[in-house]
Amino acid sequence: MEDTLVIKGIEFRSRLWVGTGKYRDFDETRRAIEASGADVVTVAVRRTNITDRKSENLLDFIDPKKYKILPNTAGCYTVEDALRYSRLAREAGVSDLIKLEVIGDEKTLFPDTIGLLKATEILAREGFIVFPYTNDDPIMARRLVDAGAAAVMPLAAPIGSGLGIRNPYNMKIILEQATVPIIVDAGVGTASDVAIAMELGCDAVLLNTAIAGAKDPIAMAEAMKYGVMAGRLAYKAGRIGRKLYATASSPIEGML
Amino acid sequence: MKLTINGETTEITMAETLSELLEELQIVSGRVAVEVNQSVIRKAEFGTFRLHDGDTVEIVNFVGGG
Repeated sequence: MEDTLVIKGIEFRSRLWVGTGKYRDFDETRRAIEASGADVVTVAVRRTNITDRKSENLLDFIDPKKYKILPNTAGCYTVEDALRYSRLAREAGVSDLIKLEVIGDEKTLFPDTIGLLKATEILAREGFIVFPYTNDDPIMARRLVDAGAAAVMPLAAPIGSGLGIRNPYNMKIILEQATVPIIVDAGVGTASDVAIAMELGCDAVLLNTAIAGAKDPIAMAEAMKYGVMAGRLAYKAGRIGRKLYATASSPIEGML
Repeated sequence: MKLTINGETTEITMAETLSELLEELQIVSGRVAVEVNQSVIRKAEFGTFRLHDGDTVEIVNFVGGG
């Protein structure tokens, strides 16, 4: 069954996108990503270790020919920093994809949406394919699209919180008005959270901690794979309406 | 030549270009991005880009992240 997500002409085979942070080691990262079935992996941009030349490189474990590498600007609190990291990421990698984060606050890691909007506009003009990480705010989602975002990534809940989708109604509004793909990013805790996001009609889900922080990350990666598939299928199948009272499944006719 | 590389003051003896610096540091150039004095240098320019005493160099690569 072909159900490919296409963004700016790029085909994405999986609707589950995964991060590469917080794993015990690169081998566990590789095995979890394989089990998740994801074809997009996010990475961060940091200083190269120039003293320990023998240190391993993430890309020795995550083959860029097999996976689409989506660099982020995590840790950036200003527009200037986000631009700087984005430009470095483009040069370090092979594509114009950027998961844009402009963080507003250390405790919540909520986005600074004013800075985010500015950075989105500048990077889109520079030819980047910008995926901004934003709040579950329908108006901001629209503004980001106007600014040139290729997809919008509203958070389910704070990064790493595992709370799941806190405001499904806002998400529904974002989806109703969407003219670009909507990818839930951050805050999901387990497979049912992912399924709910997909059942709402989200185009994909990006997560990291929910897998990396699980007791068995490899098994959770597989659970997430099925969560996304089940949710997507249910969305396309069209769920029944919610009713307050019962409707019998067995016929009355033919009863004694 | 004294350079500040990734925040550390480093004495470089041989390298004159960016390519030569990466070679001296034993860094594979394919997987890094480099900034000199806050400007990103294209990979194609590594071979011809000349470094000067006092330059600030940042060498970055991809690490695990969400």
